[in-house]
Amino acid sequence: MNIKLKIWRQPNAKSKGRFETYPLNDVSSEMSFLEMLDYLNNSLIKDGKEPVAFEHDCREGICGSCGMYISGRPHGPQHRTTTCELRMREFKDGQTITIEPWRAAAFPVIKDLIVDRNAFDKIMQSGGFISINAGAAQDANSILVPKKNADEAFDSASCVGCGACVAACKNSSAMLFISAKVTHLAQFPQGRIEAEIRVKNMVAKMDELGFGGCTNTRACEAECPKGISISNIAKLNREFFVAKLKD
Amino acid sequence: MSKLNSKIPDGPLADKWTNHKASLKLVNPANKGKLDIIVIGTGLGGSSSASTLGELGYNVKVFSYQDSPRRAHSVAAQGGINAAKNYKNDNDSIYRLFYDMLKGGDFRAREANVYRAAEVSNLVIDHYTALGVPFARDYGGTIDNRSFGGVQVSRTFYAKGQTGQQCLVGAYSALTRQIAKGTVTMYPRREMLDLVIIDGKARGIITRNLVTGEIERHSAHAVVLATGGYGTIYYMSTLALNSNASATWKAHKKGAFFANPSFVQIHPTSIPVLNSYQSKLTLMSESLRNDGRVWVPKKQGDTRKPNDIPEDERDYYLERRYPAFGNLVPRDVASRAAKERCDAGFGVGSTGLSVYLDFRDAIKKKGKKVIEENYGNLFDMYEKISGESPLETPMRIYPAGHYTMGGLWVDYNLMTTIPGLFAVGESNFSDHGANRLGASSLMQCSGDGYFILPYTITDYLASDIKTPRIKTDTPEFDAAEKEVSERVKKLLSINGNETPTSYHRRLGKIMWDYCGMVRNEEGLKKALVLIKELEDEFWKNVKVAGKAEELNQELEKAGRVMDFFELAKLLCTDALNRKESCGAHFREESQTETGEAKRDDDNFSYVAAWEYKGQGQEPELHKEELKFEYVKLQERNYK
Ligand SMILES: Cc1cc2nc3c(=O)[nH]c(=O)nc-3n(C[C@H](O)[C@H](O)[C@H](O)COP(=O)(O)OP(=O)(O)OC[C@H]3O[C@@H](n4cnc5c(N)ncnc54)[C@H](O)[C@@H]3O)c2cc1C
Ligand code: SF4
Ligand code: FES
Repeated sequence: MNIKLKIWRQPNAKSKGRFETYPLNDVSSEMSFLEMLDYLNNSLIKDGKEPVAFEHDCREGICGSCGMYISGRPHGPQHRTTTCELRMREFKDGQTITIEPWRAAAFPVIKDLIVDRNAFDKIMQSGGFISINAGAAQDANSILVPKKNADEAFDSASCVGCGACVAACKNSSAMLFISAKVTHLAQFPQGRIEAEIRVKNMVAKMDELGFGGCTNTRACEAECPKGISISNIAKLNREFFVAKLKD
Repeated sequence: MSKLNSKIPDGPLADKWTNHKASLKLVNPANKGKLDIIVIGTGLGGSSSASTLGELGYNVKVFSYQDSPRRAHSVAAQGGINAAKNYKNDNDSIYRLFYDMLKGGDFRAREANVYRAAEVSNLVIDHYTALGVPFARDYGGTIDNRSFGGVQVSRTFYAKGQTGQQCLVGAYSALTRQIAKGTVTMYPRREMLDLVIIDGKARGIITRNLVTGEIERHSAHAVVLATGGYGTIYYMSTLALNSNASATWKAHKKGAFFANPSFVQIHPTSIPVLNSYQSKLTLMSESLRNDGRVWVPKKQGDTRKPNDIPEDERDYYLERRYPAFGNLVPRDVASRAAKERCDAGFGVGSTGLSVYLDFRDAIKKKGKKVIEENYGNLFDMYEKISGESPLETPMRIYPAGHYTMGGLWVDYNLMTTIPGLFAVGESNFSDHGANRLGASSLMQCSGDGYFILPYTITDYLASDIKTPRIKTDTPEFDAAEKEVSERVKKLLSINGNETPTSYHRRLGKIMWDYCGMVRNEEGLKKALVLIKELEDEFWKNVKVAGKAEELNQELEKAGRVMDFFELAKLLCTDALNRKESCGAHFREESQTETGEAKRDDDNFSYVAAWEYKGQGQEPELHKEELKFEYVKLQERNYK
């Protein structure tokens, strides 16, 4: 099939970016979306032009590196799919596809479609852990955890840190990301010990780093490729409320 | 005298590590903060090393080319992580885990190292559980286990099909805690491009800042490589696309011996090549073989749809050839059997290069719901890529390059032949012999970093406490930086006609055809010629777009491909030298009458450690003889 790509080009953080349009012919419907971009880059290089920079690594939906708006939607049109898992059979012959980097104050553009998501790491550093050193743990089965909690912890912990939730939110809130971590760790007895301080610190860090607040639009849940549920946010709010009451 | 001293401690096998630990020197807490350690890599090997060294009080600097530690390739591991807990009461033990690994590796690993890996495995599970890794659990709240890849006990801990992601998120959280405390400094988006040696010791690295292109100097009292494997040498593999060999290769060129480079595991169950643009081969976890049955049509070139082929016209070739283990034979055996059937014309799919993995009978027996619950996310992944549901139509699978048992040679202390340079995780060669058993890599990477390296590196550093902070304005750093800058300039100046990716693809094909699942002397010799020709062409005709002083992904690729050429030659040289078949290394000249791998213990019971001798020079082989005191060598038999 033949398609038209409208892609955001921006040489670096300091320069201003703009859209460039590239027609691309003979795209196979079996290609993955990123293979289509490989194909585009190959032809750009052949024409002596600069290839489009985009982030990727595992190409199987687990590392969270990839991520871009595809025709206005984070990770493109397919539900619960990362950009790298998306296939060209989701698009039509003759279609124009617009591709942009995440737009959020806390995620500045580095080049073309690549943004800096270091703010997520900083949030994690503010409390996204259980404080235990190597060597201090007891036998794993000495902590019994109901299957229900373990399964819930798993679901929350399947967040890959891609940032689509922030990109989808009109406030650029990182609430889904944070709530997934808070809920994950709160399912375990040893995780509860720091639950209150964790939630307070992570929320404070989020505010400090320029993410917006949550106004319950649910856009994050709709676009999260890993199906992280908004019920995590409700749980976070409860934790946060209880923690604040004790202040 | 051999230059290799493996430093294996004396004493009975089960006491070696305990006794050795007691003999290792300590560093007092006040001195630890004055000692700098560089860790390269943030996978399970790197994250575990860096966080633990930080917890101990060292001043740690950790590097990765990804933007966040959490994205290291370990994240992609699916199936599980082993430990000898015996939670299932199926008579598992440290000894059995040790024995399974040693036998699975076809007796080409050190007894002492493998035993220790099994010994610390239980601590690893305890630690991950404490960190909040959500391992699968039973209704009573205890942790569940499953059996995995060619063993007869259930010792694999898992978190659905995301064990790597869940463990790495745990390891990453411990690392972030140290970063917040200031014991560890994280340098993301940095690529190590050279190792700096001062007075014979590893003292620093040269990196390229992947955002600005700046070439930087970093010094330390010791350097730890945790840079993963080199399976991407085949271009298409199950690894993340950016995985590469450059860090270990640069260390090799600076004097670290490279051990058993040709030991590469080809995984039997990956989604096959479906089109010519494909950039990677997605792994389908081996756990699928617990319920899936592997087959091809009995008739060559049968083009009927799989569900139209009646039972008696199907050849369940693994069950036929290996009645005792059936579909659960080790990876190398399953891979070669698939290749054999396809080469003989029985393969399926448009290319004829795939076999079926069929869940029909398991669904009949256990019900759709159970099968979906166990494998749902893998089935989704498969369906997204192929457009077919494994619940309706058998999956199509084919082997793919997956794991490299070879790596930097290390002694029992995980130190390479360069004093002060350590290697952990997949980047070293130490625990998996000629073939790795499923779920034992996550275990080894984590064991190395949490419970082995912190003790052994302390012993090394104990004699360095008087050494002040290492300066970076020395002639050694000057020279290394100059070399790196010039290489970058050279790559950008060629301005030929073909992209680095195109060269990578072509190199990968040579390696897959001649140094893949099956090897022979003629093919390997031919490969050496072809690689050299392609490498010469690369240096005349590669086109690297963009500039040095900016984010430049083409330049990154070119640098990695350049090193792959050199490593590829060493792979073939090693494969040529090892005239026996063992584990994943199958030399056609050395097989039994029934076509199984035939080891030659009299002549090849050694680790082949290669020394770099300079550009264009033949590498020198050093042999570390393997002694087996506690197990009797046997033929691996899965019939
Ligand atoms: C698809 C797949 C599934 C797997 N499933 C399992 C499983 O179920 N169980 C199991 O036990 N094993 C499994 N394995 C194997 C296992 O995942 C790996 O062997 C293991 O994760 C390697 O970890 P590592 O820490 O050594 O390196 P990696 O996780 O590969 O990390 C390498 C790190 O080094 C950094 N790095 C590399 N080079 C440089 C450089 N030059 N400069 C700066 N940084 C650098 C990278 O940024 C990265 O952080 C699987 C492998 C694959 C491919
Ligand atoms: S919550 Fe979902 S969208 Fe947000 S970072 Fe995690 S995986 Fe991505
Ligand atoms: S490239 Fe890893 S999630 Fe897309």
